[in-house]
Order: sequence, then structure tokens, then C-alpha cells
Amino acid sequence: MYNPFTLKGKTVFVSGASSGIGKAIAIECSKMGADVFITGRNAERLNSTFLELDKGNHMQIIADLQTDEGIKTVVEKMPSVDGIVHCAGIAKPLPFRFSGKEVMNEVMGINFYSPAILSQELLKNKKINRGASIVFISSVSGVLCSSVGGSVYSASKGAINGLVKGMAIELAAKMIRVNTVNPGMIDTNIYVAGTITQEQLNEDINRYPLKRYGKPEEVAYLVIYLLSDASSWVTGSGMVIDGGYTLL
Amino acid sequence: MELNLFVKNFAEIFEETEAGLFKPSTKFRDIEEWSSLLALSVIAMVDEKYNVSLTGDDIRKSLTLEDLYNIVKEKK
Repeated sequence: MYNPFTLKGKTVFVSGASSGIGKAIAIECSKMGADVFITGRNAERLNSTFLELDKGNHMQIIADLQTDEGIKTVVEKMPSVDGIVHCAGIAKPLPFRFSGKEVMNEVMGINFYSPAILSQELLKNKKINRGASIVFISSVSGVLCSSVGGSVYSASKGAINGLVKGMAIELAAKMIRVNTVNPGMIDTNIYVAGTITQEQLNEDINRYPLKRYGKPEEVAYLVIYLLSDASSWVTGSGMVIDGGYTLL
Repeated sequence: MELNLFVKNFAEIFEETEAGLFKPSTKFRDIEEWSSLLALSVIAMVDEKYNVSLTGDDIRKSLTLEDLYNIVKEKK
């Protein structure tokens, strides 16, 4: 069957695959024919993603990518790949004046340093194939907008968008493409801590022209496009997927 | 933990409202300056000073400062 978006024959690495967007991406990529290599911090939840993968030659590794040890483990165990999707991330709604160095280190660590350094290590260890596609899950926040309590989160995502542009230029020599996906709010448990109330979330939903938050699968479909050969001429781009949120 | 100190800490995160206006019986969500930023600031202040994680719902269900103080005390 004609399918320019197929991932058949590709090996794809997905971080943050134990929940939310990362989980959906891992599952959808396997359905598109990819062999998937997943990591996450929680063994039980990572395994539940693993069990939902469609048939293929998949692997799972428990790793905390915030630590050098975790990055080392992943780099060692990982086969060379055709696609990388950096999904691990946190949101920590906190007013700017309360976002001290500790908070900045935590948020920048998970959202920026870890995916940046992991990409670097994979390159150094020649684990990224010629013609591969690297996708960072960024956000509309920090690139097109922000929110109350979102300053440091925005900074981390803005940093990713900048990083990707530089990487895209340098890695073009190896035909490796580097892009971001910039979603608006997606239905995940990222605000499970309860700092933001359900009432506030319901109010927020109304600011979306399409009147709902996105689904993790919808982000996955865009990621599949960027991983597939259909997007061979796309690099250094930030793909907005936000139900129209940033139009208003 | 002391109620008056809690009221003082609470008053400190406000920029416009005069500190003297804050009492244990103050219905804080009725204060003109009250906003989503201040709600997040209260959560951050309580985390910093009392090492207690408040939720947005804890704030929503508190009417007065004393109500909120009691929740913090309970969670301590």
C-alpha cells in the first residue's frame, strides 16, 4: 500500500515513554512499523507502555536521563537509530520570584540539558545513522507565548528551540534532520501535583478555538511525519500543534 | 506554627494591598489584588516556609486566612 509516512525498517528511540506524550509516540511509532527503543524512570509504567507496543523488535531500558549514569546506560545499550524523540519533560508552575536556582536547575536539567547532552553522546558514539531524524518535544510556551507561573518552563522550551536550529545546521552534513514539535496543552497527567485546579484547566480549555486540549496521539502523528521520509526536506523547524491557541 | 506569623507571611506576597488589612478572618479571595499568580505564589510561599505542598483546591475551598492556615497545619 502507498504510504509515504511509514516507519518500517527504522529504529526509533523515545525518552519519557512511561507516560503522556512519550507513551503515545512509542505506541504509534510501533504501529507504523518502527522498532522502538524506550526509556523512562518508572519500571512499572515503562513496562505497561512496552506491553502496548505493536509487534516488532523493541527494547526498554529504565534510566534517569538526569544522571550521567543514566545517559551512559542508554548510550551503551542503544542500537544505532534512525529516529530520536526527546519527550521526557516536566512542568512546574511557579511564579518567577519563587523560581530560584534550584528550580531552574531542575527544570532546565530535565527539559534542556538531558536531551541536549544525550543527543551529543549519541553523536559522539556514532549511534545516529546518516539520514536520521531527531525530534524534540518543545512547547508553544517559551516560543510563541507563556503563562502565569511558566517563566522557567518557557525558558527551557525556548532553549530547546534555539538548540535545534544550531544542531540542524551542523548535522545537515550527515543528512540528519533536527526539528521541534511545539504543542499547546495536551491531555496528560503533567499537572497531577494539583497546583493548577481542574476549574482553572476547564477555563483554559475555553481559550482554545477548537475547544479542547490535544490528545497525545495527535502529537504522535506529527512526530511520525517528522520521523518518516515524507519530511526529508524539513529541518530546523518548529511545528506548532495547538488547536489554534496561539492565534488569539 | 503560629497563625499571626502565617498571616504576615501571606501578606508579604501581595504588592498593592496594605499588610495591615490582613487578619485571620480575611476572606482572601475577595481581595481586589487576588489573582491566579497570587494563588501560585501562596503555594510557593507555603512550600518554602512550611515545607507543605498545597494544592489549588486547598486554596479554593478556604474562605478565610485561618481556614488556609488550618489546612497547612493539618498537612504539616
